Amino acid sequence: MYKLYVELLVTFFKIGLFTIGGGYAMIPLIQQEIVRHGWLTFKETIDIIAISEMTPGPFAINAATFLGVKTGGIPGATFATVGVVLPSFIIVTLVAKYSARFKDQPLLQYALYGLRPAVIGLIASAAFLIARTTFFMTPNGSACVFADTRNILKVVNWRAVLIFVVAIIASLKYKIHPILLIVLSGVLGVILYSV
Amino acid sequence: MDKGDKLKKIRKLFFVFFRIGAFTFGGGLAMIPFIKREIVDSNHWIEEEEIVDIFAMVQSVPGVIAVNSAIFVGYRIAGIWGAVASAVGVVLPSFIVISAIALLFSSFKNIPVVARAFEGISAGVVALIITALFQLIKPSIKDDYGWTIAAVVFAIMSLTNISAIYVLLASAAAGIIISYIKKRKEV
Repeated sequence: MYKLYVELLVTFFKIGLFTIGGGYAMIPLIQQEIVRHGWLTFKETIDIIAISEMTPGPFAINAATFLGVKTGGIPGATFATVGVVLPSFIIVTLVAKYSARFKDQPLLQYALYGLRPAVIGLIASAAFLIARTTFFMTPNGSACVFADTRNILKVVNWRAVLIFVVAIIASLKYKIHPILLIVLSGVLGVILYSV
Repeated sequence: MDKGDKLKKIRKLFFVFFRIGAFTFGGGLAMIPFIKREIVDSNHWIEEEEIVDIFAMVQSVPGVIAVNSAIFVGYRIAGIWGAVASAVGVVLPSFIVISAIALLFSSFKNIPVVARAFEGISAGVVALIITALFQLIKPSIKDDYGWTIAAVVFAIMSLTNISAIYVLLASAAAGIIISYIKKRKEV
């Protein structure tokens, strides 16, 4: 048990340290770490995103708490959550203490010049990887490999594609609230997967 | 400032950030007006002009906006224990809610209706992320270098198993190198 707590603390410290550009940009890193440790499958990590969107709190922290409970109960959740917050805590208190010097740091501005577009790439890949798992069905539920293009049409999950099309129109054109978007796609899921 | 006064401030910080944490749905930028109202308008802890700098700063260091703002403001108002109280306060509501959900989720997801709902939600999540992506492109990508970095990062993350950590480090290095080259050209 002790080993697991240390592992949770260290893993989420690492995630906290590289949480740049807020929530969605961190999805790939969190998924990589969770799947690499065998804590959850890729598909299960999508549930955490959905739950995180419907509850208070940012994704990185919700993912830490959720994973901690799943693997090590409430103590596990405490270690994981402290781990994800700790890097911010150290850095921000240092900045609060010496903020005058922090403001004109050209090197940081230069680094951000590269990091901001990287965040876009990360979010795009999160969308791509989750879409691949969601829109294509494989017998074992794992991510689909596009080795055999002739079979692509057979493994397309048309219900998921339909829900996505409705959701993206509702979101981009009618600007519905994220929570409402989750509810809408959930209701569509219940209807479509029942027939 | 005497000890009793400081203790009172620490307690106040905890409750204010607990309330902020309880309403940080979806997190991120949506929270900024809410935090500003509590910190600047209601409690006058930070000046209006300074809060803008704080929001800019907390977005350029690791971490999430709500938590970073809590730590910064807490530290400014009541030192290290103020920072601890604010951080715990802002995290605690989601910690309680998520713990409860995580404990119940496995049995909850065995209900067929719930499983179908989450199948649908999975497709909705893709739409959600793409929406966020479109909103973020404009403030994040300023030129062709930016588009190149974004494209390379997308390709690496989608096609390989290389850790996002290395990709971020490389992007920061690329940002620094490109900035220096651009600066030298200007001279």
